[in-house]
Amino acid sequence: MTDFERHPDEGRPLYGLMAEFESPTELLAAARGAYESGYRKMDAYTPYPMHELTEALGIKPTKLPWLVLAGGILGCCSALFMMWFSATIHYPLNVGGRPLASWPMFIPITFEVTVLFASLAAVFGMLGMNGLPMPYHPVFNAPRFALASRDRFFLCIEVADPNFALEKTSLFLANQGARVVSEVEE
Amino acid sequence: MKKPKPDLVPIPPGQDRRVPVIEPGYTFASVTDKIGQIVLTRRTPVFWFFGFGISFLLMMALLASIGMLLFRGVGIWGVNIPIGWGFAIINFVWWIGIGHAGTLISAILLLLRQEWRTSINRFAEAMTLFAVACAGLFPVLHMGRPWLAYWLLPYPNTMALWPQWRSPLVWDVFAVSTYATVSALFWYVGLIPDFATLRDRARRKGFQIVYGMLSLGWRGSAQHWHRYETAYLLLAGLATPLVISVHTVVSFDFTVAITPGWHSTIFPPYFVAGAIYAGFAMVLTLSIPLRKLYGLEDFITLRHLQNMGKIMLATGLIVGYGYMVEAFMGWYSGSPGELYVTLNRMLGPYAKAYWALILCNIVTPQTLWFRKVRSTPWILFLVAMVVNVGMWLERFVIVVTSLHRDFLPSSWGMYHGTFWDWATFIGTIGLFLSLLFLFLRFLPMISIFEMRTLVPEAEVREEP
Repeated sequence: MTDFERHPDEGRPLYGLMAEFESPTELLAAARGAYESGYRKMDAYTPYPMHELTEALGIKPTKLPWLVLAGGILGCCSALFMMWFSATIHYPLNVGGRPLASWPMFIPITFEVTVLFASLAAVFGMLGMNGLPMPYHPVFNAPRFALASRDRFFLCIEVADPNFALEKTSLFLANQGARVVSEVEE
Repeated sequence: MKKPKPDLVPIPPGQDRRVPVIEPGYTFASVTDKIGQIVLTRRTPVFWFFGFGISFLLMMALLASIGMLLFRGVGIWGVNIPIGWGFAIINFVWWIGIGHAGTLISAILLLLRQEWRTSINRFAEAMTLFAVACAGLFPVLHMGRPWLAYWLLPYPNTMALWPQWRSPLVWDVFAVSTYATVSALFWYVGLIPDFATLRDRARRKGFQIVYGMLSLGWRGSAQHWHRYETAYLLLAGLATPLVISVHTVVSFDFTVAITPGWHSTIFPPYFVAGAIYAGFAMVLTLSIPLRKLYGLEDFITLRHLQNMGKIMLATGLIVGYGYMVEAFMGWYSGSPGELYVTLNRMLGPYAKAYWALILCNIVTPQTLWFRKVRSTPWILFLVAMVVNVGMWLERFVIVVTSLHRDFLPSSWGMYHGTFWDWATFIGTIGLFLSLLFLFLRFLPMISIFEMRTLVPEAEVREEP
């Protein structure tokens, strides 16, 4: 049996419909069903990463690796340039006529800075692409949403989806086996 | 009631004979609550106050020693020419080596899909951070004028000076600071979903606010998880060569010098293996009491202890190979200096330290060949403690015996740690343990969201 939850606060616009599931299997089936029914503007909320959802919800592969590669290349070039510039132009030091641009000795620092920039790109790129930090988000208004970080699995179909229709979509979610379907305000 | 021995229980054919990585019977909810409870409880266990109190006292010893050092100068340590490095560098290498196991567990074992790493990676990473914090203190204090430490960094300055890029000591600055930064990022990224869990579970307002801010508004969205996992894997891929490079650079501090006993190509691999060896010894030293005190035997099972024992055995053998090659090269190089240092290590005034190190690092870990030793926590704890001591002795032997008698007999000398040397060293143990106790109290010591993936419920049943 599915519970439908409506909120008395009618003044605020609707963000979407949130369906609560008890197991990853149920959520995955519902996500696949929703995708097949043509819903695209939706997201699932789970207590741990579920790889199957990426494909079920039609999430495109992230561009993050390219950003990390760019970070690494930037780190590599800037470290090499810094050392080359200081050793040959800004502060050349003639030690027994040895070459100024002694690049093999620059490799360890180049490597470290490459890793540093790539790691910073990975972390801040991930946070930036995810739009974090974001202290407020409508989905937190869903009742029992706190369980998304414990043992419940949620699927939210957003109003922004062209196929969204309040009655039809809530019935659809209920038919997918949702325990609770609730309206989520902005 | 006595549990039957695992070996005596009949196991159906085709089933995994090993001890499970998580005891059966756990669900998403019970895993979450059990780990979250340790942090969110109002009652701090008595042993925590006891442990933190002692650690805090020791940390005060560190502050006193640093104060004394700033007041009087490095002369309060036993360092002098010819032994200019002494405890500071021994402790630096010891601590940074300990840190490496954390990265190995969190990054390399992740890439190798070793799912048993899940319950130990969080506190092993914390251990890495705290160990690097302790390690970083020593070279800075050893500089004599620590308040000028920032001269090591390339920054625009009125002196128009740059660091010496060709010096391994400058490489060290970059390697260790990168390592500290990347370890901290890796740790924090791993914590974000758990902060969200704590935010949603916390009942007290203050905890809700603090964990809420730390969680950055994490909501477990599938889109987010997808990028999150990509970032996490990439970080693991970056941290893996990083950890190897860090200890390689540390070994360059020695090998780039022409001092006999240091100038050797075996140093980088043997230092890296030694670091992992020492680090796993420290992880065992910490995890065996912790799982008992916090009742986490179901999550950190015998399987974890056995696997760590096996890694210690393997890396210990690599270290043993390193010692053998050092001794062999002492003779094979045909250099009188090298041969003398090798013989002096074994038979000279520091021979006791050398043989104690062989006993601790090579002989004792051979007991790990026995399953009985690997699966008895208290014996494993003792072996790990012996290895901790042994790895400290190893660095002592490397630093001191090479420096105290080099090419010129007129400049030979002896070295012993002074009271302040020991106080600083023991003080950093206090700093390390204080940070660790604070971590245990305020952050989840086991990755909650990763533990959820190990629970049987997490298996998605595909319809036929």
